[in-house]
Amino acid sequence: MAGLMRRLAPQLVALAALVGLVTAFYPAFLDLSFGGGRLSGPLVDVLKRAAPVALLATGMTLVIATRGIDLSVGAIMAICGAVAATAITAGWGLPAALLLALGAGAAAGLWNGVLVAVLGIQPFVATLILMTMGRGIAQLITEGRIMTFTDAGFAWIGSGTALGLPVPAWLWIATAAAFALVLRRTALGMLVEATGINRRASGLAGVNATVLLVAVYVAAGLCAALAGLVVTADIRGADANNAGLWLELDAILAVVIGGNSLLGGRFSIAASVIGALIIQTITIGIRLAGFPSEYNLIIKAVLVLVILVLQSPRLAPEWQFWRDSLRAARNRPADGKGAAK
Amino acid sequence: MTRYLMSTAAMLAVSASAALAEGETIGFSQIGSESGWRAAETTLTRTQAEERGYELQFSDAQQRQENQIAAIRSFVAQGVDAILLAPVVATGWDSVLEEAKEAEIPVVLLDRQVDSAEDLYLTAIGSNLVHEGEVAGEWLAGEVGERDCRIVELQGTTGSSPAIDRKAGFEAAIKDHANLEIVRSQTGDFTRALGKEVMESFLQAENGGKDICALYAHNDDMAVGAIQAIKEAGLKPGEDILVVSIDGVPDIFQAMANGEANATVELTPNMAGPAFDALEAYWADGTMPEKFIQTESRLYTQADDPAGEYERRKGLGY
Repeated sequence: MAGLMRRLAPQLVALAALVGLVTAFYPAFLDLSFGGGRLSGPLVDVLKRAAPVALLATGMTLVIATRGIDLSVGAIMAICGAVAATAITAGWGLPAALLLALGAGAAAGLWNGVLVAVLGIQPFVATLILMTMGRGIAQLITEGRIMTFTDAGFAWIGSGTALGLPVPAWLWIATAAAFALVLRRTALGMLVEATGINRRASGLAGVNATVLLVAVYVAAGLCAALAGLVVTADIRGADANNAGLWLELDAILAVVIGGNSLLGGRFSIAASVIGALIIQTITIGIRLAGFPSEYNLIIKAVLVLVILVLQSPRLAPEWQFWRDSLRAARNRPADGKGAAK
Repeated sequence: MTRYLMSTAAMLAVSASAALAEGETIGFSQIGSESGWRAAETTLTRTQAEERGYELQFSDAQQRQENQIAAIRSFVAQGVDAILLAPVVATGWDSVLEEAKEAEIPVVLLDRQVDSAEDLYLTAIGSNLVHEGEVAGEWLAGEVGERDCRIVELQGTTGSSPAIDRKAGFEAAIKDHANLEIVRSQTGDFTRALGKEVMESFLQAENGGKDICALYAHNDDMAVGAIQAIKEAGLKPGEDILVVSIDGVPDIFQAMANGEANATVELTPNMAGPAFDALEAYWADGTMPEKFIQTESRLYTQADDPAGEYERRKGLGY
C-alpha cells in the first residue's frame, strides 16, 4: 500500500494542486450537495465527465505497457455508439444493444491486435488504419445522421444515478478496479510488462506474447466500447462525426500524466485514471472560472506542461537533493541538542 | 468592345434557348455529404429541379476540389444549360469558371463564395450569418421585454466564421437593451455532447441554473444537448430557461413541439429555389441578378406548428 502511494504521489499532488488552483478562481468548486437521491456539485461532474477518457486510459495503459499505442479508440467509440443506437432503434432491446456494441469493440480490438501481433505492423500505423476508417464505418451505420433514441434504460448508462453517484463514474471506477485487480492479483500484469520491455526475451522465457498482445488490444477495444456507450447514452444519440473525436489523444495524455513510459514496461492503471481526472479538472475548471473560450487550449497546454515538467525524470534527482538537504538542515539542530544532553 | 460583343452573343444564345423553358439540363456539383444540412440541401435541389421540370446532373465531389473541377468540365462538355456549384474551397476556380463562361453556361454558386472575378459567375446564393444572430437576438429582446435577463451563450467552434458572425449579430441585436446581458460564453464546438457538458458547467456556476434566464446556442445541436442538461438539473427548458438557437434541424422542431425549446432561426437548405428563380429570370429576358442573393433567415417559434415542421423536414436527410 505504501508502495502504491509512493507511485501515485506525483499524480495525487498534481490533482490536489489543480483542485486548489480552480477553487481559487471559482470558490464554489468544492461545494457538494445531496438532493433527490444523488450527490451533486462540480467535483461530481468531474467524476462523471472523466468517464470516457478514464475508460480509454485504462485500456490505453495496457497497450502502452506493451510498447504499443492505440490511435483508433476514438473511432471505435463512434462505431460502438452507432451499433448500440441502431440496435435500440431497431427494437432489439437493451441487452442485445449492449452486447452488440461490446462485440463491435472487441472485434475492432481483435483487428488491431492481429495487425500488430500476428502481421507485425507497427502499432502506430496499424491503429491509424482503423482511426481513419472507423469514423467512416460509424457514418455508414448511422447513414450520416445523428441517430437519436428514447430508450430510458440506455440513457441511464449516460445520465442515470446509482448509490448517489452518476452511473458513468461507477462504470469507469469499476472497470479500472477490475482491470487493476485481474492484472495485479495474477501474473498477467507482469507478463504484459515483460512483453513490453522485450518481446523476444519474454517469448523465450515462455510467455505467449502474440496471444497476450492481441488480448491487450481487445481489452482496449472493450474499454473504448464502454466509453462509446457512455457518450452515446449521454446525449441519447449516436453522433458518428463527433463521438470520441480526438479522445485518443486525451487518453494517451492521461497515461503519460500518470507517469507511464511510452517505451513500455512498468505501468499503473490507477495513475492513468488519476491523469484522466487531472485533464477533466482542468477542462471543467476553465469553464467554471469563465475564461473566454479562446484561452481553453492554451491554459490546458500550460497546466499539462507544468505537471509533466515537475514529473520529469531529469528533475527527480534535483528534488531528491533538495529534500535531503532540507531534512539534513532540520535534523542538525535536533542532533546537536541530543548530543548536549 | 469584345466583352460587349460577347455578352450580346450570350444574350442572343440565351433568348434562343429560353423558348424551351422546360426540359433544361442543370449540372450540380455538390461538395459531399459531410453534414445533415448538406444532405438536405442535395435532397431539396433534386426536388426543386423535379418540380420545375429540369433534368439534374448530380455530381458528389467527396470534399475534393479536383473532383468538382472535373465535374464542371464534364458539364461544359455535355453542354448543360446552367451549372450549380457549392464550392469546397474559395480559391482556384478562375480557369474552370472561364471555360464555363466561354461556353456561355451561367454558373450559380450555392451556400459558399469563391475568390474569383464577379463576372465569372451569374450570382451567389447564401445566408448572412451575422443576420441570423441578429434575428435570434431580436426575438429574445422582444420575448423578455423589460425584465432583466442573464443569458448564457454556447459558441460554435472557436475561430470558425459561423461562430464569430453569429456571436457578433446576436451581440449587436441586444446591445441597446440594458436588461439583457451575456453572463457566460463558452465553446460547445457545434456538437450535442459538448453542448450538454458545457451547459452543465453553466448551470453549476449560475446557482444551479436559477440565475439563468435564457440560452443562446450558435447551432441547434448544441441546444438539443443543453436542453437535456437543463432537464437533468431539475429545471424546465423553454420555461425556466428560454432556449433560442440557429439552423432549423428536425430535432429542434421536435423539442419546440414538446415545449422545451422556444425559437430557432432557419439556415435554409433550399438554396436551389432562389438559384432557379434567378436562372429563369436570366433565361427569360437576360435579367442579371444581384451578385449575392441572401436567403431568408426565417424565425420559427412554438407558434409556427413545430410538429408539422418536424414531419416536413425529417425525410430530407438531416
